[in-house]
Amino acid sequence: MSTTATTETELETTSLADLLQRVEVLEAEQAKQIKKKNKLTIIAWGGNLDQIWPTTILATTAAASGMESSVFFTFWGLFAIVKPEVRITGDNWMQKMMSVMNPGSAQKAKLSRYHFAGAGPAMFKKLAQDHQVATPDELIALANDLGVRLIPCQMTMDLLGLNRDDLIDGLEEPIGAATALAEMRDAAVSLFI
Amino acid sequence: MDVITRTVDVKGQSCPGPLVALARALKEAHTGDLFELLATDPGSRSDVPSWAEISGNELLEAEVLDDGSFRYVIRRVV
Repeated sequence: MSTTATTETELETTSLADLLQRVEVLEAEQAKQIKKKNKLTIIAWGGNLDQIWPTTILATTAAASGMESSVFFTFWGLFAIVKPEVRITGDNWMQKMMSVMNPGSAQKAKLSRYHFAGAGPAMFKKLAQDHQVATPDELIALANDLGVRLIPCQMTMDLLGLNRDDLIDGLEEPIGAATALAEMRDAAVSLFI
Repeated sequence: MDVITRTVDVKGQSCPGPLVALARALKEAHTGDLFELLATDPGSRSDVPSWAEISGNELLEAEVLDDGSFRYVIRRVV
């Protein structure tokens, strides 16, 4: 009788030690895993109205839902955060030509389809006004207000000859691809628009 | 009976206006406060429950009024 009891205790001790070891291994593995935050990160690559619009709608909605929200503006997306009054940017003829072809600010963003020399965006904005939908430039201001982190891409700024002064106020310091990846890495939702 | 602390009227507004207005109103409130949201945006039928789920607030009531508009009652939890 007593022999059996000892065996059972021994068994229990062994399985408990085994269990503890397995928990330890699992915990170590879990610690190595990336922890996703309740966060949205958008890479705003496109500068078209029909890209900047959903970008700003999602970023502001996330912030209004209590999510962390950040937007990384790169390539054509960067033109959306140029100040509306800034005309020609850049230091050389190539950069200057680029800025003439891509007038800055979200207000001047073109439609990717049915642009019709500006008639398309004008109609879109009229419809938006009728339906009380905020325009992208209003949404960018709102994003700023709601604490959305708006971050320009340093490399594209250099490439296009855009200075910090050419861009709207309220932006964070320009960052590079690695920091953008770090922003996406811990975000539960990451989008490239 | 719980008393509605504030009514947020976003009739006529479209996405993301209603939720931004609601979030702003909630920010100024205390935990446990009850809010009434009045909207006409049909998208709010799915958006308000989703917003409640993401933000961790509680949607207590969702109804369609006689005039076809929508009424929601939300409790600030976080």
